[in-house]
Amino acid sequence: MVFINYAAREINVKIVYYGPGLGGKTTNLQYIYERTSPDQKGKLISLATETERTLFFDFLPLDLGTVKGFRIRFHLYTVPGQVFYDASRKLILKGADGVVFVADSQRERMDANIESLNNLKVNLRENGLDIRTIPYVLQLNKRDLPSAVPVEEMLRVLHVKGEPVFEAVATRGIGVFETLKTIARLVLQELKKTTHAMG
Amino acid sequence: MMGFDFVLYEQDYDQIQQVLHRLKEGANAQMVFLIDRNGSMVAFQGDTENIDTTSFASLAAGNVAATESLARLLGEREFNVLYHEGAGQNIHMSLISQRVILVVIFSNKSALGLVRLRVKQAANELERIFTSLMEKLERDRELIGASLNQFAEITDEDIDALFGGPESERDRGRPR
Repeated sequence: MVFINYAAREINVKIVYYGPGLGGKTTNLQYIYERTSPDQKGKLISLATETERTLFFDFLPLDLGTVKGFRIRFHLYTVPGQVFYDASRKLILKGADGVVFVADSQRERMDANIESLNNLKVNLRENGLDIRTIPYVLQLNKRDLPSAVPVEEMLRVLHVKGEPVFEAVATRGIGVFETLKTIARLVLQELKKTTHAMG
Repeated sequence: MMGFDFVLYEQDYDQIQQVLHRLKEGANAQMVFLIDRNGSMVAFQGDTENIDTTSFASLAAGNVAATESLARLLGEREFNVLYHEGAGQNIHMSLISQRVILVVIFSNKSALGLVRLRVKQAANELERIFTSLMEKLERDRELIGASLNQFAEITDEDIDALFGGPESERDRGRPR
């Protein structure tokens, strides 16, 4: 839920990167961290295992500037992708304002993509959220790998509601900022939509 | 529901700051934070120069969320208080109105008993503030909505400006 601080003229936005294990969620955040100037970012926090698998979450705060007189603070989170960390995933989705699904394009990971997407739908619901209404972007990562499944084929099984789709190679930064920009825009636009619905 | 669900005005913010200030003094604490359950800092008191408050807020919220889940596994509704003891510093965290986390950081110059007592008093005051804040929010929903109408005109240019121009270099990825 967007937290609007009028006293500080600040809007806090929570964006969660979701997807199967080893799909590149953390890599997305690392790239954003590397390519953002020091005055615009906080520390990248990774609660990871010894083998650098995400254990609880990664967290990156971004403070990119103002829109319409409000300072927008993005809080980017990743979830642990491994199946057995479901309890943690559920916690991190709580209060999410937008979700990026990072799919792994390798053919052998298609089942994992589908399982993770179904898990996202369930966990959103359990947090009182709905994939059909929450700002949502699909990123097809690892497009450079030889076993990458054709985009059309991936969309047939992973495209939920006509959401924006980006092809990415997160290790090289391709598609990373495009994805972030788009989810940011969708979340900020959602503010106004709610406004209209209430007005 | 989507959209805003927590709006903080100057007047409430000032009241919160006063409570936090009294708590910090009364408990002889180093720092006092009030954190949204989703990990955003609401307000703080004390010398935070050497602390990354944003990271602190997100980790504290994660900590509380994980502890709450642990409680449920045991059949408890929640653990109201979390306490971390260090060699030089200690952290006391408590959940208020199911919505915000009150964090007190104190050294051995204070004592856990004193902190608990003062936290209890501050918690009562904060609960009152947040109850009235949420009532006000419910009452003024339309008004607040109208004040956010400016976001209806948000453009691609606004978003591009946030990210440093329409075709910033980082979009193209690392040079190969």
